[in-house]
Amino acid sequence: MSPTNRPRGPQRFGFDSMLKFTIRRILSGVVLLFAVSFVAYFLLHLGSGNVARNLLGVNATQADVAQLNEQLGLNRPFFVQYTDWLTNAIQLNLGDSWSFPETVTESVFGRLHVTLTIVGITTILAALVSVVIGVLAAVRGGWIDRFVQFFGLIGFAVPGFLIAFFLVQVFALQFKLFDAIGYTELGDDPSGWVKSITLPVIALAFGGIAGVSQQVRGAVKDALEMDYVRTLRARGLSFSRVVYKHVMRNAGGPALSILGVQFVGMMGGAVVIEQIFAIPGLGPFAVSATRATDIPAVMGLVITTAVIVVIVNLVIDLLSAALNPKVRLS
Amino acid sequence: MSTNVTATKKVKNPSILFKVLRNPMGAFSIAWVLLLVVLSIFAPIISPFDPNKTDIYNTLVAPNAEHWLGTDSAGRDVLARLIYGSQFSLETASVGIAVALFIGVIAGLIAGYFGGWFDTLSNWTTSLIMALPGLVVILAAATVLGSSMWIAMAIFGVLLSPAYFRLVYVQVRAVKAELFVDAAKVSGLGDFRIISRHVLGAVRAPVIIQTGVIASIAIAIQSGLLFLGLGDAKEPSWGSSLADGFKKMYNMPTLLAFPSLVIAITTLALAIFANTLRDEIESVDKGRKKTKAGAAVSNAPAKVEVIVHADVARDAKPKLLDVKDLAIGYPDGNGGVKQVVHGITLDIRKGEVMGLIGESGSGKTQTAFSVLGLLPKGGRLVSGSIVFDGVQLSGATAKDYDAVRGGRIAYIPQEPMSNLDPSFSIGTQLIEPMVKVLKISKREARARAVELLERVGIPNPALTMKKFPHEISGGQAQRVLIAGAVSCNPDLIIADEPTTALDVTVQAEVLDLLRDLQAERHMALLLVTHNFGVVADLCDYLNVMKDGQIVESGNVLEIFQNAKHPYTQSLLNSILEGGPARGAYVAPKGDN
Repeated sequence: MSPTNRPRGPQRFGFDSMLKFTIRRILSGVVLLFAVSFVAYFLLHLGSGNVARNLLGVNATQADVAQLNEQLGLNRPFFVQYTDWLTNAIQLNLGDSWSFPETVTESVFGRLHVTLTIVGITTILAALVSVVIGVLAAVRGGWIDRFVQFFGLIGFAVPGFLIAFFLVQVFALQFKLFDAIGYTELGDDPSGWVKSITLPVIALAFGGIAGVSQQVRGAVKDALEMDYVRTLRARGLSFSRVVYKHVMRNAGGPALSILGVQFVGMMGGAVVIEQIFAIPGLGPFAVSATRATDIPAVMGLVITTAVIVVIVNLVIDLLSAALNPKVRLS
Repeated sequence: MSTNVTATKKVKNPSILFKVLRNPMGAFSIAWVLLLVVLSIFAPIISPFDPNKTDIYNTLVAPNAEHWLGTDSAGRDVLARLIYGSQFSLETASVGIAVALFIGVIAGLIAGYFGGWFDTLSNWTTSLIMALPGLVVILAAATVLGSSMWIAMAIFGVLLSPAYFRLVYVQVRAVKAELFVDAAKVSGLGDFRIISRHVLGAVRAPVIIQTGVIASIAIAIQSGLLFLGLGDAKEPSWGSSLADGFKKMYNMPTLLAFPSLVIAITTLALAIFANTLRDEIESVDKGRKKTKAGAAVSNAPAKVEVIVHADVARDAKPKLLDVKDLAIGYPDGNGGVKQVVHGITLDIRKGEVMGLIGESGSGKTQTAFSVLGLLPKGGRLVSGSIVFDGVQLSGATAKDYDAVRGGRIAYIPQEPMSNLDPSFSIGTQLIEPMVKVLKISKREARARAVELLERVGIPNPALTMKKFPHEISGGQAQRVLIAGAVSCNPDLIIADEPTTALDVTVQAEVLDLLRDLQAERHMALLLVTHNFGVVADLCDYLNVMKDGQIVESGNVLEIFQNAKHPYTQSLLNSILEGGPARGAYVAPKGDN
């Protein structure tokens, strides 16, 4: 489409377009959640031929197995089971766990805030550090650029749990600066809280910073090559002003979208990190639910994670749209 | 896209692999992976012990001459378990890669080549897969499929297939868009041969790079899963050694350190391999040697004698811009400088419209950028001086230049849309420079901006101030840019092909506007163009540029009647040939 003959209806900008964009994004997020829940439920039930047998062990009688199937509702048609689950899930009732004494909702909500605290702080930390070193690398070049690229490679390649082992050995066992295991609630003891989350957050942040800083570097480099940068400078604006106001705002969109991808990765990485530091978040819960063939718990975990990812991506899309109005049209 | 296409052609050339090997990091990564392959194939011969042989009298033995890396909590030899573990790790990781390759490449080929519903379906699946962390999906699958590492890695392959999918998909689209596929179709080649010849050839290098990346992630995820207790703890694997070492982390840190090191070196080696290969392929295209200040010029043609038409009246006027022997160069990738402008001399008198004409690649735009001090990245003044109103600009500091740009020398670009910042409103982009250069308040600047928009013929200026660049037409955008250029009352405007990107009807209006503004503000105008029609319309004086040198200069009327250089004559003929000159075009009101 040539820019000169674009259809020109009533112009929409500002609040109106932002509202429409928000509604569109929320709707597509809801559709995605339905799809995830359906596919996950379908696959979990497709694979679980012998749940009752697995739960009861080889010595159980056929009658016991049949009775447990009846009790768990597993003998009903798939669609009935799914709609039943969905109706309850929408009312925040994720069903009874097969291996934990509490309901799935209680288990998940009792642990969710711990994981969210760690992943949330990590995400914010990764974003801040990445912007600083990514912009410096792109604008200054030279050794800092080489350092950021080298760090990016290491942070990408070396798994977070190996970094966690290293941090535990040095900073918890040798120097005893931070906790090697456990989690202290912020409300109970603020300094204990800092001690308990510092190492997990750093271990988790490595990969995130590596990924996001590379993207920031690339996006800033791309934006610096744009024609409007030359034109703004030709109007008398200084290089630093153009970089900090115009280039960074335009580089913000791509950097934010990779932050969303990294957030999803960190939710996964947190499972292993929480296991290492014995932090009572969703990670250890996921591991024991998997080992116990606890399908309602796994299903609750999957849908909770998906909801969080969708919400985070929504926030990121809205931030992008606020930064760059053209995004709102897509 | 095209870089990938060329990159692949070069990977066929064995020298790329050789170059990766010559790079120390690349050589290390290949050597390490080869070592692992050899270890896993010949594990029974190489391994000093049976990896599963327990010895309850010799548990947790520190590294010694017999057990090089010590023994674990069951008295098994750590080295033997790591050697056998490399077999398991490489094999299961290969399963993941094979599944990802199979699904990603085939789906990418089909979706890219045939498009349509498959295209949509694949994109949906991709966003579905991206909605959950891979580790959580594998754990969920393990709930019902059992905790076999082979199955876990196959699922990992499904989850990572979008990486290959996207690569192949984009490449297929690009290759399909190129004409040679159509030509191949016409010449009777079947679909299969078209795909295999052009597309698979084109994606080979990126696929190899991606495989290094995915293998690195596969080793990491797999070790993490084994550490979490998935898979068979008895089977020797790096991850199970890790889990075992973690339990004894307090008593015997080496038990954790050895598997950690092996895993870290392997994931790093794979990532470094991918990176080095990418760098080497890119450096083939770009050249890798850095060009230092004062480097030798690798091309400097013989100087052309400029044909100057004497103009006594003009010589008496004061010079505003005086460019002498200006040469501009770029790094040639081999440590030297490739010159694009070869020592040109030109001047602009106060209030004059000077045309700089030549075909694309003749160096006229580079000349314009160098006067503004805004050469693209890598560009440098090789020699010469630029004096503006008595001030030497060549070699001036950034601060000195900032004081000249905008307020004294302004710029109108060629392509209107890309020269407006898409993230800021029109008003903001007009106001910000005025506040800085003219040192006026925001409110004053806003009032001035509205006035200027009115002056350049924007209907409803107050509303346009609030709009974003994508909400206005190209013709309007160019008017906004002209308003921006004149906003700080410059003495000289450099206009680089200001009408080339516009519709024909809008071109005439924009030229009229430029002429009027130039006359009423007594500004000088340096008009860069390839169009003699534009020159005839606006210019007083003309420099003709060819291959980085000025070949003819003089008064416009003089050159039109008496062009001497064959190049000038051919440019003139190209517009005057075929019929009588057309009358002045009377533009309709309102652009497009």
